[in-house]
Amino acid sequence: MPSLIDVENLTLKFRTDEGLVTAVENVSFSLQSGEIMGLVGESGSGKSVTAKALMHLNASNSVYGEESRITLHTDGGPVDVLSLKNAADLKVVRGGAISMIFQEPMASFAPSIRIGTQMVEQLQLHSDKSKAQAREIAVEMLDRVGISDPSTRIDQYAFELSGGMRQRAMIAMALSTKPRLLIADEPTTALDVTIQAQVLDLMKDLVKEFGMGIIFITHDLGVVAQTADKVSVMYLGKLIEEGPVREVIRGAKHPYTRGLLAALPRLDDLDAPLTPVPGDIPSPLERPGGCVFNTRCGDVIGDACTATVPLEQWVDPTHRVSCHLYDGKRKSGGA
Amino acid sequence: MSGKALISTEGLSVGYRVGKGPFSKSVLKAVDNVSIKIEKRSFFGLVGESGSGKTTLGRALLNAAPITSGSARYDDGEVSYNLTDIDKAQLADYRKRAQLIFQDPYAALSPRMTVRDIIAEPLEVMKITSGRAETDERVREIAARCRLNLEHLRRFPHAFSGGQRQRISIARALVARPQFIVADESVAALDVSIQADVLNLLKSLQADMGLTFLFISHDLSVVAHTCDYVAVMYLGRLVETAPTRQLFAAPKHPYTKALFSAIPSLDPDDQGRAQRLEGEIPSPTNQPTGCKFHTRCPHATDLCRSQEPVMEAVQPAHEVACHRWRELA
Amino acid sequence: MSANSTPISDPPENLRAREAYFTASQHQLIWARFKKQRAALVAAMVLVVLIIAGLFAPFLSPYDPTMAGRNKDYLNGAPNVPMFCDKNGCSVRPFLHTIERERSIKTNFRWVEKINDDKRRYVQFFVTGSEFRLLGLVPMKTHLFGVDEGRIHLFGTDASGKDIFSRTLHAIWTSLQVGTIGVLISFVLALIIGGVSGYYGGVIDSTLQMLTDAVRTVPTIPLFMAIAAFIPQEWTSEMRFFFISTVLGFIYWPTLARRVRTHLLSERHQEYVLAAQLCGASSGHVIRRHLLPSFTSYIIVDLVITFPYMVLLETALSFIGLGLTDPVNSLGVMLQNVTSADVLLNYQWYFIPVIFFITLVMAFVFVGDGLSKAANPYADTNK
Repeated sequence: MPSLIDVENLTLKFRTDEGLVTAVENVSFSLQSGEIMGLVGESGSGKSVTAKALMHLNASNSVYGEESRITLHTDGGPVDVLSLKNAADLKVVRGGAISMIFQEPMASFAPSIRIGTQMVEQLQLHSDKSKAQAREIAVEMLDRVGISDPSTRIDQYAFELSGGMRQRAMIAMALSTKPRLLIADEPTTALDVTIQAQVLDLMKDLVKEFGMGIIFITHDLGVVAQTADKVSVMYLGKLIEEGPVREVIRGAKHPYTRGLLAALPRLDDLDAPLTPVPGDIPSPLERPGGCVFNTRCGDVIGDACTATVPLEQWVDPTHRVSCHLYDGKRKSGGA
Repeated sequence: MSGKALISTEGLSVGYRVGKGPFSKSVLKAVDNVSIKIEKRSFFGLVGESGSGKTTLGRALLNAAPITSGSARYDDGEVSYNLTDIDKAQLADYRKRAQLIFQDPYAALSPRMTVRDIIAEPLEVMKITSGRAETDERVREIAARCRLNLEHLRRFPHAFSGGQRQRISIARALVARPQFIVADESVAALDVSIQADVLNLLKSLQADMGLTFLFISHDLSVVAHTCDYVAVMYLGRLVETAPTRQLFAAPKHPYTKALFSAIPSLDPDDQGRAQRLEGEIPSPTNQPTGCKFHTRCPHATDLCRSQEPVMEAVQPAHEVACHRWRELA
Repeated sequence: MSANSTPISDPPENLRAREAYFTASQHQLIWARFKKQRAALVAAMVLVVLIIAGLFAPFLSPYDPTMAGRNKDYLNGAPNVPMFCDKNGCSVRPFLHTIERERSIKTNFRWVEKINDDKRRYVQFFVTGSEFRLLGLVPMKTHLFGVDEGRIHLFGTDASGKDIFSRTLHAIWTSLQVGTIGVLISFVLALIIGGVSGYYGGVIDSTLQMLTDAVRTVPTIPLFMAIAAFIPQEWTSEMRFFFISTVLGFIYWPTLARRVRTHLLSERHQEYVLAAQLCGASSGHVIRRHLLPSFTSYIIVDLVITFPYMVLLETALSFIGLGLTDPVNSLGVMLQNVTSADVLLNYQWYFIPVIFFITLVMAFVFVGDGLSKAANPYADTNK
């Protein structure tokens, strides 16, 4: 399968009153068409910032590293997203090749404009359809995402729909331009669990039908397990583990990933105690030297962890981890 | 249920007047005919999605929501209060015995007060301590239990992370040494690891201080690990109540079963699509007739559409409100 | 912002700075953010200078600004700018040339002025002059500067010979006083009405809002014309001054009241207020402990921003003759005579005070803006 987007050495810092704050450091990954990648991390991990970088959406005080490169493979050839400066070029990327949906559905819809108007506007921006044609496509999309009576709903305002329906409408709007990549930033976190299940099923069906790639950002490992093909775990701006979902969940290599999984209350073992990862996430102003996780890691091995940033090791052809425990020579047993 | 009930309700309903103008008569029943018994020193879980009325029920037990019918009683052995008809002096005393922990750690703490003042506020408002020295002593004691040290007391909330703020919230709720705590989605806004931390803290505090918790949550997995007894609500009504193990081993109500199957399992091969619910949760202002769940229930019959089911005992302490629970085993 | 993960090897300054941040109250945080904005800081310093100038106006001005201190010999006189050097050499002490007037048959018996640049008049400091009361309390006779002979008019004089420099300084003080009284009255009214409205909500809120809106729609100029007609002639200028200030306060309270109400309405529903109420806190406690502190920072911003409106309103009204009159000095009063072609063509120094007032108003605006950015740093998003 052809690669859809390649992210190489993405480093992103923000200029703040307190100085240059590192939000993302040396993150690299690739996504194929039809692949769903789960981007997992707690608050402060940098996952949202990474996703926004793909659309060059970060605030004006953001400073990208020199070697950072994001390459989007469109039908018109590869596009270097970070080098795009003016609005016309970015238009191809934003809403066109890449669409984004958010946690709060009201964030996508202007409250005083009907949904239909916004969807039609988006379609006309990214294609040369007439208004009537765009409206037809919009109604079709609303139907496809499971909204009942779409020709009436299209003329409603966002606040007239329930939370689940709004989220579906947002998915419809995001997909109406047939993007090649969909970024979903915590799309189901604010939904009830029964509605969440419906929306996740819908997204999986849509991937099969449209063949796009999805980057699914969430803190919920259960959602990732059910939806994603591969998982990338981020901590304090670094990608510390990535692999096929079964491998990472059943055989996590990085101590942080293992800690996260152990902290989850699991329905299959009601007696297991909840074991939190010790300590607190350091503030981004106080990033630890060496391995970013060393301040909370229970498997620290001597000076290496505090002194040097661990290199990525491929423990399997598709499973990589950044941890000194897996450094070529120092392979500790039972990992 | 063998133990003594600290909180017991009988047909409790909580309603808000809705509609335009001060003379409208339509009532939004947020909680409808709920009867529960919360045993002393237990961790009672209350589960539901939006519109279930779980938050309203919690607030009603703290005299912060309008009870329209039914009864509720608080009885801790020392005092016994009828919560539907409580006078000012009793209410003042009840407030020392029942407290609330909020969901949002960022909104629940006043940004302009030091942590010490935030924790001390209940003591000062309810005049529990006399004099600053005694107040400080109590604050320090509860702060230590919640793993906040002396340095933290001098700081303002903006210095703390979400998990730490939640611990400050907990300290504030516990400083008056209450008996009954309503924890309203207290871990929902926290990261997974912090959530585990706070839950462990709540369990240890319960053991040390002999507290009784009403744990409101939409997250069944969290409830499964912390609670002794679970009640499931849908659109203001109780749908099923049972001891935790029993509920998770053999749920009887279709809604409970659907809730379980909706939880995304950590096992990627466990797809569980079989029990997906269709449709949306009905609006509380436009409630279905008969069984409130019939609009989404795959097993609904005409009886379900016309008649509301009552709670029936499946086993001692396990009750379910469904016309067809026997057939749908 | 974690307090638990500081590495032990951190240098003590970092720890101190961090601790200072953690223990800083809202006000300290706001002050720290304010200090970072250079424009606002400069404006604040300018404001302080102007306030001190106004406060010590009688001391700083060489002459009495009223008719009592006028210079009959120098009507509509141009500004005297002190020099350090002239054709006769330089001196450390600044000096002025003397202007001599003579009238004789040669000049058709009209006063003709001639500058005698041999006769120097040195600027003196701490001269004895007319009596005044410093800060209204201490009787003094010493003025900051003057000249050994004759008079010095840094900004020139007006048609009756009054020193414009002295008048300007006194006018700043008058405007500050009017503004302060007006703002205070507005604030008290706004606090009561907006406070009750915002705290209780419901029917009380609706009624008070209707009242507020009604007051707000009253047009200012006709109102003042009516009031000006109503003020009895016997009133002294002081009484008139206080009356005008009070009326200004009554005109402006609706805007402030609305802001107070908005602040209260949003604060009232905060969860920490509910937490206090669940302990049985009385309304008094909630207002005192939670609501009032929460909006002090916003209200201070509102007050600072209201100030220039008061000053400008008073200036406008006095300019058209409906506000203050002589001998009370204010910019509006000083500008009353500016509209004749004579002044515009010949006596441009009449406009010097305008610069001061623009500076005063802009200083307030910048400080208010800086304060509001400091109090609410997330309101601004730079695209």
